Amino acid sequence: MSARTLFEKIWDAHVVAPETADTPAVLYIDLHLVHEVTSPQAFGELRARGLKLRRADRTLATLDHSTPTLPPAASGERPYANAEAKAQVAQLETNCRDFGVQLYGWDSSDRGIVHVIGPELGATQPGMTIVCGDSHTSTHGAFGALAFGIGTTEVGHVMATQCLLQRKPKTFAIHVDGKLPRGVGAKDLILHIIGEIGVDGGTGYVLEYRGEAIEALTMEERMTVCNMSIEAGARAGLIAADETTFAWLKGRPRAPQGAAWDASVQRWRELRSDEGAKYDREARFDASQIRPTVTYGTHPGMAIALDQPVPAARNPVEQRALDYMQAKANQPMQGTAVDVVFIGSCTNSRLSDLREAAGVMRGRRVAKGVRVLVVPGSEAVRRDAEQEGLHEVFLAAGAEWRIPGCSMCIAMNGDLAQPGQLVVSTSNRNFEGRQGKGARTVLASPATAAASAIAGAIADPREYLTEVAA
Amino acid sequence: MKPVTRIHSRTAVLPDENIDTDRIIPARFLTTTERAGLGKFCFNDWRYRQDGSDNPDFPLNQTEAHGCSILVVGRNFGCGSSREHAPWALLDYGIQAVLCSEIADIFRGNALKNGLLAIVLDEAEHRWLLRNPGIELSIDVREQAIELPDGGRIGFQLEPFARHCLLNGVDQLGFLLQHGDAITQYEHHQEKAA
Repeated sequence: MSARTLFEKIWDAHVVAPETADTPAVLYIDLHLVHEVTSPQAFGELRARGLKLRRADRTLATLDHSTPTLPPAASGERPYANAEAKAQVAQLETNCRDFGVQLYGWDSSDRGIVHVIGPELGATQPGMTIVCGDSHTSTHGAFGALAFGIGTTEVGHVMATQCLLQRKPKTFAIHVDGKLPRGVGAKDLILHIIGEIGVDGGTGYVLEYRGEAIEALTMEERMTVCNMSIEAGARAGLIAADETTFAWLKGRPRAPQGAAWDASVQRWRELRSDEGAKYDREARFDASQIRPTVTYGTHPGMAIALDQPVPAARNPVEQRALDYMQAKANQPMQGTAVDVVFIGSCTNSRLSDLREAAGVMRGRRVAKGVRVLVVPGSEAVRRDAEQEGLHEVFLAAGAEWRIPGCSMCIAMNGDLAQPGQLVVSTSNRNFEGRQGKGARTVLASPATAAASAIAGAIADPREYLTEVAA
Repeated sequence: MKPVTRIHSRTAVLPDENIDTDRIIPARFLTTTERAGLGKFCFNDWRYRQDGSDNPDFPLNQTEAHGCSILVVGRNFGCGSSREHAPWALLDYGIQAVLCSEIADIFRGNALKNGLLAIVLDEAEHRWLLRNPGIELSIDVREQAIELPDGGRIGFQLEPFARHCLLNGVDQLGFLLQHGDAITQYEHHQEKAA
C-alpha cells in the first residue's frame, strides 16, 4: 500500500461503505459526545421516527453550556440564566434516561466541559472517530483521533446509525520546528498559526500538526492547539499519538486495561503518517520566533504578538473590526485597559492552565476595577486545583472561583460582559458579541490573561515570570 | 422535507467577510429545545437597535431588501460554531439561498440538510453579484445553474447526494438506515480486531 497520512489511516479504518460519485462515504463513529444545547432536536427526531439510539455504550453526555457556574441556593435551586436554560438541562436528563445514555450530570463528580471530560475519562483514544454537536470537538485530535463538530441533524444520524455520510476532506500539514521560548505557550502558538494561515486557511482540510515543537508539547498543550483548528476553518486537527499520549491515558477509567492496554498501545504506535505520505497542502513555522500573541480584531485570524503594532485596516470590514474593538492601527495591544478577565473554556481550563495563571497571580492582587472569573473545565480539574490550593491563590488575588462549565466562552449561561467592556479571555472566539452584546474580546494565553488581570491592562506575562524567578 | 428545485428572488447583499454563526444567531438564543421560530433572532444584534427597533444600518432592514430570499454574502460565511440554529434561523427569516465564493464547512453541510441552498461560486462571479444587489435570479437546482435577468447563466456544483436529497425532498437518514446490515458487519469486524 502506498504511503498514507495519519488522517488517511483513521479514515480508511472507519469506512463502512466507500464514497462514490453519487454518494458520500458511510463513516463509522466510535464515540459520540452529547451536551444539552445541540441534542434536544435530535432526540426529538428519534422519537418522531420511532428509532432507537443504536449504541448507547458509545455515547456519553454531559451538561456544560447552559449551566450556571455559581453554586445552588440553600434551597438547592440552581441560578439558571432563565427558565428555558433550566428546561434544556432537564430535557437532556430526560433524554439520557429514556435512551439509556450515561449522563455525567449535576450529581456526577466527573461532570465538566465535554471536551475536557472526554479525555479525562480516557474515552478519547488514538485512532478513534469522535464527533459532537460542537465545533471544538477538534480538541480530541490531540490524541491522534479524527474528531470533528457536527450539526444537530448529524447528531441524530449518529444516534440512529452510529455513522455519518462524509466526503473525504483534504489534508494540510502544519510543521512546527524549533522550541517555544520561555513564557510562550501552546495558545500563543495556535493564535500565531491562525494569524498566518487565516481564519479560513483550513477550510476543507484536516490539519496535522507535526514537528519538533509539537512533539515537545504536553497533552494539555496539544489539546489547546487542536481545539482551535476550527478557528482556521478546519473541522479537525490531528497530532500523532506518542509516548506522551500513552503515559497520559494509561489507567484512566475508560482506557483499556491490562493486556488490552498493551495491545492497544501496539496498535496506536502504527498511527503515524508514513514517510513520504503526501499532503494536499503544507506550511512551516519556527516556534522560536513566536512571542506572546493576542487578537486585536473580531475573528481569531486577527492575531499578532502583543508588543507588535496593530496593522492598518485594508478594507472597510477590517476597519469596522478595529472600530468595534476600539483598537488603534500602529499601536500594540499591550497596555490596552482591561475590564474583565476570563480564564476557562475547552481551550484553556485544564489544571496546567490554572497553574500557569496562578503562577502569575500568586502573591499579587487583581488591578482595581477588573473582574476576574476563573472557571475550571471539569469537576476533576476543580478538585485537583483545590487540592493544590490554586483556588486560594485566585481568591486571595481578588478573582472569582466558579463551578465548571463553558461559562463566558459562549456566554449563554448568564456569565457575560457588558457592552463596551474589554475582556481578555483564554477562550477561542473573539467574534462580535460572543461574550455579551457589544463586549470586546481579546484572546490570550492563561499567563497573558493573568498578567493582564494584575496590570489592569494587556500585559506581557514574561515580565511577571522574571519577577518570580528573581 | 419539501423538495427544493427552483428558487426565484431578488438578491440582497451582506458584503462583510467572515460573518460568523454568533452573528447569524447569538448564543443566548440557543437555550431552545425546538427548531422552529428562530427567525425572529436571526442577525439579532445587528438587526435591532438597543431599544428593540430596527437598525436602519442593517442591509436587510432596507426597503429594497424586503422579500429577498437569496442572500449574497461576503467570503467565509458561517464560520465558527456548528450550531444548526444558524440555518434554521435563516430559513425561518425567509432566506432560501446563500451565495458566496467560500462557505464554512460545517455551516454548509447543515444548511443543505435543511433545504437552505449554500452555493459556492467562482470569485469573479461572486464579486459581480456583491456589486449588483437587487437583481432577479432564478436558481435551478437540477441544472445547477443560476439564471440572470439578461439570459446569462452561472453554473455551480452541489455535492451530488445533497442535490439528490434536495430535488427529491428526502433526508439523508433514510439512506444511512439502509446500511443497517453493513454497519452491523463493520461492528462485528471491529470487535474481533480489538
